[in-house]
Amino acid sequence: MSEVAGTELRNVDKRFGAREVLRNVTLKALPGRRLGIIGPAASGKSVIAKLWCGLERPTAGDVFTLGHQLSALTELAASQQRARIGMLFQNYALFDFLSVLDNVTFALQRRGDIPADEIQDRAAARLRAVGLAGSEHKFPSQLSGGMKKRVGIARATVAKPELVIYDEPTAGLDPVTTQKVYDLLASDHAQTGGTVIAISSDVLALARFVDDIAFLHDGKIRYLGPAADIENVPDPAVRQFVRGEQNGPLSQHVSPPVEDA
Amino acid sequence: MANVISRFGSATAAAITRVGTSALAISHEVGGIAVLAGRVLRRLIPPRLDGRELWTNLFKMGNGSVPIIILTAFFSGGLMTLQSAPFVQKFGATALAGWAAGYAVLREIGPILIALMFSGRVGANNTAELATMTVTEQLDGLRALAIDPISFLIVPRVLAMIVALFALTVLGDLVALVGAAIVAHTVMGIEWATMYHSFADNLAPYDVLHGLYKSLAFGFAIALTSCYFGISVKGGSTGVGRAVNAAVVAAAVSIMLLDFFLTYLTG
Repeated sequence: MSEVAGTELRNVDKRFGAREVLRNVTLKALPGRRLGIIGPAASGKSVIAKLWCGLERPTAGDVFTLGHQLSALTELAASQQRARIGMLFQNYALFDFLSVLDNVTFALQRRGDIPADEIQDRAAARLRAVGLAGSEHKFPSQLSGGMKKRVGIARATVAKPELVIYDEPTAGLDPVTTQKVYDLLASDHAQTGGTVIAISSDVLALARFVDDIAFLHDGKIRYLGPAADIENVPDPAVRQFVRGEQNGPLSQHVSPPVEDA
Repeated sequence: MANVISRFGSATAAAITRVGTSALAISHEVGGIAVLAGRVLRRLIPPRLDGRELWTNLFKMGNGSVPIIILTAFFSGGLMTLQSAPFVQKFGATALAGWAAGYAVLREIGPILIALMFSGRVGANNTAELATMTVTEQLDGLRALAIDPISFLIVPRVLAMIVALFALTVLGDLVALVGAAIVAHTVMGIEWATMYHSFADNLAPYDVLHGLYKSLAFGFAIALTSCYFGISVKGGSTGVGRAVNAAVVAAAVSIMLLDFFLTYLTG
């Protein structure tokens, strides 16, 4: 295994059956920085998140996460490394058999190396931070989409992971709540100093949060650079996506939905 | 003529393709179940499972199934008496009425019917639960939190199903014998003592054990098929229904095949 300190995709291909989702993708999330990933629906953004979390394996190429090649480890060994990663899923992935509080404390309780009082304190603080104090004993089925998203954020960050991956952290939220969520994520990042990867279709809000941004289209990275420059990128596909224009290269290429993508 | 030959050839090719496709699909499923069995066994040495999940599932799967198993076993025993008693009475061998019913129930009918009922109630429910968790990414959620879904979800369910089905078969055997005796007495007019001696004098311990060890194998098969189809579901919520259907069919086929081969090999 080659030594890589950070979190990196190196010449990665990913196929689901006959459908090629990622083609020779190389992308690096620098330690301590915030990387945003944008792109049209079903372009493979969530697949990148799952590759970095070790939930999917690449068809070809190498995936490094916090210096470890998770795809080369056994499931049990990869599982130990995942304790250093926090992930918010696009569709929340909350455990429907657990209450809000238990969803947030579940992983910490099972680790067994943190006192119960501290777990409760940490969970209570996280739930207060995401505005869900008082909802501790509700079950996911009793929550709105936005509330589920915030429980997911609390669960992903309660263990203070070195790498946090947010897949659509603000999808379905109103602009005011969206800004509050990004303020919270920024505040968390300032405290932990870890690496953050955020995936979103809300380009402008995301661009204000991240340092660097990557645009994924047709299985390839079409742009990678400072988030502040995203509005002035000359690539017509990026420009069309960022500005929400009706006509352009993206309109000629509507990808079919991909299962698991 | 050439047209007829050509059409016959196409139909044959299509039939062979269908058979081949089905064979590949079955091989894929059997292979997947074997891989899952290997993963479960690997986590048992040394044991890596969630004790609380094990107890929860034992209670849910075992206790919850008691009423339906009692009902099934009682009428299985009674039915065997209804079928066999007229013949033994006809030949003046009333003393064998209990043996005839008990032998069939303990060795075959009891374990198979209880396993099928268990598969329909517990196995189907297990597949639906796991499939729903899979399509809502809860299994990936566990993995992302560094929790192994096999150790946390699958191993406790497999053990719980094996233990629960074994215990339910023991209970079912007892209830079936009671059912056989009650039907023999109330419907056929056979004395209680005759039935008791017929059971006690003619049934060997191996007749009981034969059914019980088969129930262990049936429990393992139901557990593996129901878990496999649950975690390998594809196609969102509509896939959940298909997974449940496939799991119940696979469990029934497994039970029948296991029953045949275990009976053939062990008598």
